[in-house]
Amino acid sequence: MFLLIKFTLLYAVVLMLVALGGMFSERSGVINIALEGIMAIGGLAGVFVLALGGNLPAAVLVPVSILASAVAGIVYSLLLGFSAITLKADQTIGGTALNMLATAVAIVMVKAFNNASEAGNGAASAKLVYSNEAFIYKIGPFTINIFLIIGIVILIVSYLFLFKTKWGLRLRSCGEHPQAADSVGINVYQWRYIGVMISGALGGIGGFAYIVPSVTTWNFEVGVAGAGFLALAVMIFGQWKPFNIAGAAVFFAVFRSLANIADSTVLSNLGLSKNIYSMMPFIASMIILAFTSKNSRAPKAEGIPYDKGQR
Amino acid sequence: MSEKTKDVLLSIVASLLCIVIGLLVGLIILYCINAENALDGFTRIIKGGFYLKPKGIGSEIAQSAPLIMTGLSVAFAFRTGLFNIGAAGQYTVGVFGALYFALILHMPWYVCLLAAMVCGAIWGAVPGIFKAYFNVNEVITSIMFNWIGLYLVNELMYSTVKGMYDQKTTRTYKISSVSPGSLIPDCGMNAVFKTSSTTIAIFIAIALAVLMYVILNKTTFGYELKACGFNKDAAKYAGINDRRNIVLSMMISGALAGVGAGLYYLSGGAEWNPQVATALPAIGFNGIPVALLAMSNPLGVVFAAVFVAHISVGGAYLPTKYFQPEIADLIVAVIIYLCAFVALFKGVVAGVLGRKKAGKGDAK
Repeated sequence: MFLLIKFTLLYAVVLMLVALGGMFSERSGVINIALEGIMAIGGLAGVFVLALGGNLPAAVLVPVSILASAVAGIVYSLLLGFSAITLKADQTIGGTALNMLATAVAIVMVKAFNNASEAGNGAASAKLVYSNEAFIYKIGPFTINIFLIIGIVILIVSYLFLFKTKWGLRLRSCGEHPQAADSVGINVYQWRYIGVMISGALGGIGGFAYIVPSVTTWNFEVGVAGAGFLALAVMIFGQWKPFNIAGAAVFFAVFRSLANIADSTVLSNLGLSKNIYSMMPFIASMIILAFTSKNSRAPKAEGIPYDKGQR
Repeated sequence: MSEKTKDVLLSIVASLLCIVIGLLVGLIILYCINAENALDGFTRIIKGGFYLKPKGIGSEIAQSAPLIMTGLSVAFAFRTGLFNIGAAGQYTVGVFGALYFALILHMPWYVCLLAAMVCGAIWGAVPGIFKAYFNVNEVITSIMFNWIGLYLVNELMYSTVKGMYDQKTTRTYKISSVSPGSLIPDCGMNAVFKTSSTTIAIFIAIALAVLMYVILNKTTFGYELKACGFNKDAAKYAGINDRRNIVLSMMISGALAGVGAGLYYLSGGAEWNPQVATALPAIGFNGIPVALLAMSNPLGVVFAAVFVAHISVGGAYLPTKYFQPEIADLIVAVIIYLCAFVALFKGVVAGVLGRKKAGKGDAK
């Protein structure tokens, strides 16, 4: 049972962070299908900091590595912003390209790094080894990682920002009716960039949070193994609202954790394999989407590039 | 020159521009990693399969066939206004169909290929149904069904269906040893290219590309499908059954991806590893760049697929001591990113051409 809670919290925080990121982007009017790639890049940057600065004290290493993952995510998300906002290109295509680019970039960089550090013995692997002790605290029987705390703070801040401040209102208005927003002097392009950049930061941290707390070696050939896509489903399931997203993330995480512990616990008596549990969150979200999509609360202008000249 | 041919030419120029810029980015990356050998690496990528004749050419042909199919799958959906990001899942389910009919039922290759097609079609139809009847965005459904399909196929091949998984190789059994009659005939091509999986699959793929071109551009059925893509409400108003057409579009799209899986696996190109639970087949996703590069033109898909296969075969010949074969993937990814704003390129090219013409007019 402890194991189930542990894995659930682990996954739920990741999914929630990334889904919140997606929410900011879509609320501002840009579909962010590139979350998967942003996670991979963010994770890559964070892990690089860990691998290079392993000797630094934890108090320095933890914030620096998290900051690095956020910054990398922001920089990478700017590529999406540039194509989707400035050049008004198709947002899904740009996002898909960035997903593919992220994995390729991660593999090439890690392999080049390993190749150089092992004095060029050829055929380097795409794996990085690091220590994650600094990120994990033991409280009684629980092991809590720092991302849980960060996640809760970001959840509350996101809610307050989006629904209790004028900036949140401005950001949302760009996703609902950009023409109206523009007519009252809101810079739609600027706010869409802000939305995409927030999603880049949260996606980057989310990618780092996905990789670091659970293992100490990561093979970048798998990217983040579909977690970014799952986060998109969490966002839709959560209807673009912060607390609903948190709930949806927990729901998905429970199934994901069941898959992880299926073989080693009493659940193995049920005779269901890992694959079946892995399928469950996807099937469940499909069923829920089928029933809820009719009254979906998606931002109205998402996916449509804003053209100032068009009324 | 008519407006239409002018537009086609512009599209080709814009696509070539994307390719050139993508390759330049690749060259820069090669320089950053190892300046001494950058030019050597770059020529290897450019030469592609021709670097190692005749084997390289053979494997390029073998890889092109499934890429043409997944590219067609995505392109067909694009033309009917849908984004089929689920080609990877449909491909995966197609792999199961092909291998089940080959390894378990020992059917001849064309029956196996049909099975792959039907499996792909079913997996493609599901997002179509969700889109048409529940108004769920097909991108999300396709992504979900990619993973559901992957886990399902892994489960079926690994434990549910006995006799497909080989403990020794941790992959499915080789078709050539279990059921040689299920292999697509090679008509002597393997001997010519000194490979093991160069078959007539490429000709089947090209024939299907032509067929899709005819269906989309020369038939009423194709026109109806496209009409739904352009404007669903207008099509409905004109008496076209929009729901049925959305499902049909996705079914055909899925069927094409399924055939791609059949063509690759029934050629003996690879065996499925059901224990890698995290990786959807890259060929499925690479259909997206192929379709984008081809501007969703079925005939263009053939050339785009050969190009992508060319680059990735070339990437495999990079000396691993200095470079990573994934640099080829990186180049392809940069090219698609550029393809996303190909319309802008078209405008720039048209603008440059227009200015030249205007200049000439002044001179006279």
